[in-house]
Amino acid sequence: MKVSAALLFALISDKTLAFVCPSGKVTMSAGGGVTRREALETSAVTIAAAGMGLLASSSPVRADGPYYLPDLPYGYEALEPSIDAATMKFHHDKHHLAYVTNANKAVSGKEAVSILDLQKNAIKEGTRNAGGGHYNHSLFWTTLCSESKSGSPSSALSSAINSSFGSMEEMKTKFNTAAAGVFGSGWAWIGVTKDGKLDITTTPNQDNPLMEGAKCTPMIPILGLDVWEHAYYLKYQNRRPDYISAFWNVVNWPQVSKYYEEYASKGAGVPVKG
Amino acid sequence: MQLARSTLSTAKQSNAWNKFQKLSFSVATLPSLPYGYKDLEPYISGEIMEIHHSKHHNAYITNLNAAMKNLQKAEAESDLSTIIKLQVAIKFNGGGHLNHSIFWKNLAPTSSGGGVLNEGVLKEKIESKFGSLEKLKDELSASSVAIQGSGWGWLAYDKVNKNLSIATTSNQDPLEATTGLVPLLGIDVWEHAYYLQYKNVRPSYTKEIFNVVNWKDVQERLIAAMKS
Repeated sequence: MKVSAALLFALISDKTLAFVCPSGKVTMSAGGGVTRREALETSAVTIAAAGMGLLASSSPVRADGPYYLPDLPYGYEALEPSIDAATMKFHHDKHHLAYVTNANKAVSGKEAVSILDLQKNAIKEGTRNAGGGHYNHSLFWTTLCSESKSGSPSSALSSAINSSFGSMEEMKTKFNTAAAGVFGSGWAWIGVTKDGKLDITTTPNQDNPLMEGAKCTPMIPILGLDVWEHAYYLKYQNRRPDYISAFWNVVNWPQVSKYYEEYASKGAGVPVKG
Repeated sequence: MQLARSTLSTAKQSNAWNKFQKLSFSVATLPSLPYGYKDLEPYISGEIMEIHHSKHHNAYITNLNAAMKNLQKAEAESDLSTIIKLQVAIKFNGGGHLNHSIFWKNLAPTSSGGGVLNEGVLKEKIESKFGSLEKLKDELSASSVAIQGSGWGWLAYDKVNKNLSIATTSNQDPLEATTGLVPLLGIDVWEHAYYLQYKNVRPSYTKEIFNVVNWKDVQERLIAAMKS
């Protein structure tokens, strides 16, 4: 489907349009979410793609609301072989996008709050699925990175892990058991509890421990693992434990450490782009 | 006196044996599919059928048997806390076993009549309740698509209202045990049921699956439910 340059510029100025880039990435722009400059840069690529007839046949996605799909901080293949490129593509471009779209629908007509701030009352307000899904995935992408950049926890986070679990190995064992034991769809989390210690909990579907009323240990999550089947099925099929083991290869410890030191250990939820 | 005592102890032993037998759960086994893994293609791929049956269903059975064995032990020890704790695993794995055992029979290759609804009480009831088979398909698909997370969409028989109804259950909750509705046709919308072929496009799966629904089996379940 070819889109004229004039039309694209008109849509850009509206500031509520998403573009499908030829790389397959979807960038949503909505009031304040993406700068005009970013939207224009994206549009230049899109116009070129349109000229070559490379735009996807689906029509551009409108982001009617405050939330947008944040770009992955790396290419789809960056987490190979632990998490495969196809999974990253579907997971980000399709599944996460659907949560963004639905989150925007859910808050339509209401005062816009950050996706972090939406979490607390998500269960009461009926936004636990879309709003939770958007937060969880936005956080998730930033806590992963290529294996070479995985690094290790900062000394502050290391201390906290050792004092809360005994050791890194004990922490991983506890986490792996919890993640493997989630019945159905859900997430496993490491976070800071009210007493300032680290703990591990799980939530069903798209709930997270920031939500009041969530059936889990209340905590401020710094790292989560998606154990919905879509997160691993293409590569691992039923072998969830193998996916959980491989996950540790691609954890972005410098980022997780930052989340711990700058936010969670101070009692604040981790803000995310989107 | 001695005779009475020995008779009494024999009676006690036989009661204990009867009690033990009642407590024993027949070990669950994986039922064979009534068709080959590839026979539901192109609607459900052979790859999905093989993993779904030989890995997922099999795992529910393995875990169910383990939970039931633990239950037996806890009952023998009168360990009420453990008995209660085990209920979650029994509901999940036992539900998984029940649901999938129904599911395999609910499906049939097109060469064996899959997708064809013949004249009969099921067709009458569908048309009377939903207007047409197409409308039933639309409604059941929509309900199944709308399930958040993992679960099942069901065409069920409501014994109270003596009519068909559409229901959904989450995770592996078994329909009859949790709602009283009798399962006639289940659509598994756990991602493992369709992801390798349909990816995130659950609506395509819940539409295409009707090509291989074994309406004969669904009718048999309806007739049995109406009688009970």
